[in-house]
Amino acid sequence: MDVNAIVDFILNPFVNLSYWFSEDILLAFMPAEWFWLVGLIMNFAVFVVIFAYMMVNTLYMTLAERKVIGRMQDRYGPNRVGPFGLFHPFTDMIKMLIKEDIVPAGADYWVHLLAAVLVVFPGLMAMAVIPFGKGMQGMDLDIGVLYILALSGLTTISLLMSGWGSRNKYAMLSGFRTAAQMIAYEVPLVLAAIPAIMLSGSMALNVVVEDQAWGTHHPVWWFFSFVMRLAAFVVFFISGVATAKRSPFDIPEADSEIVAGFFIEYSGLKFGMFFLSEYFGLMAISTLATVLFLGGWQGPFVDTIPVLSVFYFFLKVYALFFIFMWFRGTLPRLRIDQLMAFSWKRLLPLALALIFLTGVGMVVLQGLGWA
Amino acid sequence: MLKTEQFILNVGPQHPSTHGVFRMIVTLDGETIVDVDLVLGYLHRGVEKLAEGRTYLQSIPLTDRLDYICSMSNNLAYCTAVEELTGFEVPERAEYIRVIMAELTRVVNHIVCIGFYLNDLGAYFTPVLYCLREREKILDLFEAASGSRMTCNYVRFGGVAQDLPEGWLDQAREVVAAFPAFVDELEELLSTNEIFVARGRDVGVLPPDVAVNSGVTGPNLRASGVAYDVRKAHPYSIYDRFDFDVPVLHGGDCYDRYMIRILEIRQSLRILEQALTDIPGGEVQSKVPRKLRPPEGDVYHAIEGPKGEFGWYLVSDGSANPYRWHVRSATFVNLTVLPYLCRSHTIPDLIAILGSLDNVMGEVDR
Repeated sequence: MDVNAIVDFILNPFVNLSYWFSEDILLAFMPAEWFWLVGLIMNFAVFVVIFAYMMVNTLYMTLAERKVIGRMQDRYGPNRVGPFGLFHPFTDMIKMLIKEDIVPAGADYWVHLLAAVLVVFPGLMAMAVIPFGKGMQGMDLDIGVLYILALSGLTTISLLMSGWGSRNKYAMLSGFRTAAQMIAYEVPLVLAAIPAIMLSGSMALNVVVEDQAWGTHHPVWWFFSFVMRLAAFVVFFISGVATAKRSPFDIPEADSEIVAGFFIEYSGLKFGMFFLSEYFGLMAISTLATVLFLGGWQGPFVDTIPVLSVFYFFLKVYALFFIFMWFRGTLPRLRIDQLMAFSWKRLLPLALALIFLTGVGMVVLQGLGWA
Repeated sequence: MLKTEQFILNVGPQHPSTHGVFRMIVTLDGETIVDVDLVLGYLHRGVEKLAEGRTYLQSIPLTDRLDYICSMSNNLAYCTAVEELTGFEVPERAEYIRVIMAELTRVVNHIVCIGFYLNDLGAYFTPVLYCLREREKILDLFEAASGSRMTCNYVRFGGVAQDLPEGWLDQAREVVAAFPAFVDELEELLSTNEIFVARGRDVGVLPPDVAVNSGVTGPNLRASGVAYDVRKAHPYSIYDRFDFDVPVLHGGDCYDRYMIRILEIRQSLRILEQALTDIPGGEVQSKVPRKLRPPEGDVYHAIEGPKGEFGWYLVSDGSANPYRWHVRSATFVNLTVLPYLCRSHTIPDLIAILGSLDNVMGEVDR
């Protein structure tokens, strides 16, 4: 066997695997009139991979959260089921599946059910356009950023549906608060993404990532872009914490006040769906932040060893996850009016100022020829 | 014009933040509270009636279970009330032990209150677990002295039940010496935390005149600017021998109620240091008749419990059982001011105010 060929394969395993599957297997055995089917099958295969990854990731993120927060609270997290509690997510899953599905009497059954179904999709759909590594992207959309930000609006409607469909005052209160919070924080979220798009000149996510490499622009432009992206990252991250309904903005599920808020009347698998959706949302925010502001899969030696790009990407994403968990373990919760005031009075002007500064800086640098 | 309606929300007996079984019927206009109706009595066990059928000595375990976090303090209040009725003397060592136990209880109560106040504010258990970790050290002391962590049943008429075991005083000195560092750690994370301050400042402001008129006592009163502490106003036991300040703050809001508990912990640690150094030897209980028949008459005696003025009104008809055994519980009176405090606030504020008032339903419902 040719050692070079093996090494080449291993250096970029996922991309090479997909080529091998589509060319050496599908195209070789497919009759000529059915070649169009190959594209469809490849897309489906990518979907399966991403879906499987998201499910496993969510399962283990729940465990990681409990262990990380446990350590912050001077205790172990779950550590009985399997070594270091590694099989614990499976017991959680089993527990959720075997619980009785209770729908409150007088609740609107279809709204109650559809809310649980709807809440899970936006997070999953957002994963389709994220570049996980060099050349690894489910779908290369020209408007990738816009697509993901539009999906985050979809979660709000399902939360309102769950608040309404539960026929419970606590759930209704929570649904209203959630809608207000989502609307308030999606504005700075979108506005903070704009400097990154301006600096890269495109909404396509892999273009944004590749633009952040060291050699693509003049060094002064690179430093300017770095500073602007960092500032925008702060605004984006804070808005993202609020959009993901995590501490300190977890009013929608303020356990100690309104006892689980909008998903108070859900049990069993429907509760599992809400639970999943929270982690999918976190994943969407973390990956989008990494791609837009932290350089995505860029890192040292990415050109020669492409598989390292996957490693860098996940390192950054999981670092952001850790910060989410850190916030949750440390900070008390903001009150709803303080939360809204913070968004409209502080984050929104800051995001607008960042857009202005980025624009001015870009024009100046391009005029000076330092693009 | 939109027709709006007020709606009634039940912050029911089962709720993570009501510190016990306690129901509030809240009338809301949107998110603003218009009125709060308190429904007490879910934990009523008829303690006062039970005591009428028992002797005075048999009722001491009942006092443990009133404010179950501060059982030593409850024991002390009851025993000092009976001693005032009967005129028993208490030996020196026992007085010092009682003061040490009472101040340790104050520290325990305040850190539990702070921890759970933060839990209500949403800091997902982290402050609770830090506070409980420190509380465990003090509970170890209680267990070594009395045999039980929470319902201690330690103080007796004329002294305490038994002497401290060997090495207890050294262990106590270690705990007291290490405690200020923990309070500093707590303050560092909390007192200047912007979110925490924003949740507490100007929330549930209790003006001093309303507080005095409603009978509020304890840290809640002192946070509103009234410097009333039973230890200084009507000194009991040997508190007049110790050098300590009574902290007073003037804001009357939730943040001040938190801050004053931190200051009181520091003052209690001061008293503890002095008491642990000056404690003499000697016996721990004076001669008290087996069958206690106090003279006819009545007495009201209160101490400065961790939650406020905690006292007993005892009426004796000369027999072995009390004729009337009434508990003046601090929190029962403190809670009456809750509707006033919550008006025109929102539900999260209601939870914060309730947390800052520090209620334990065992004491409220008896």
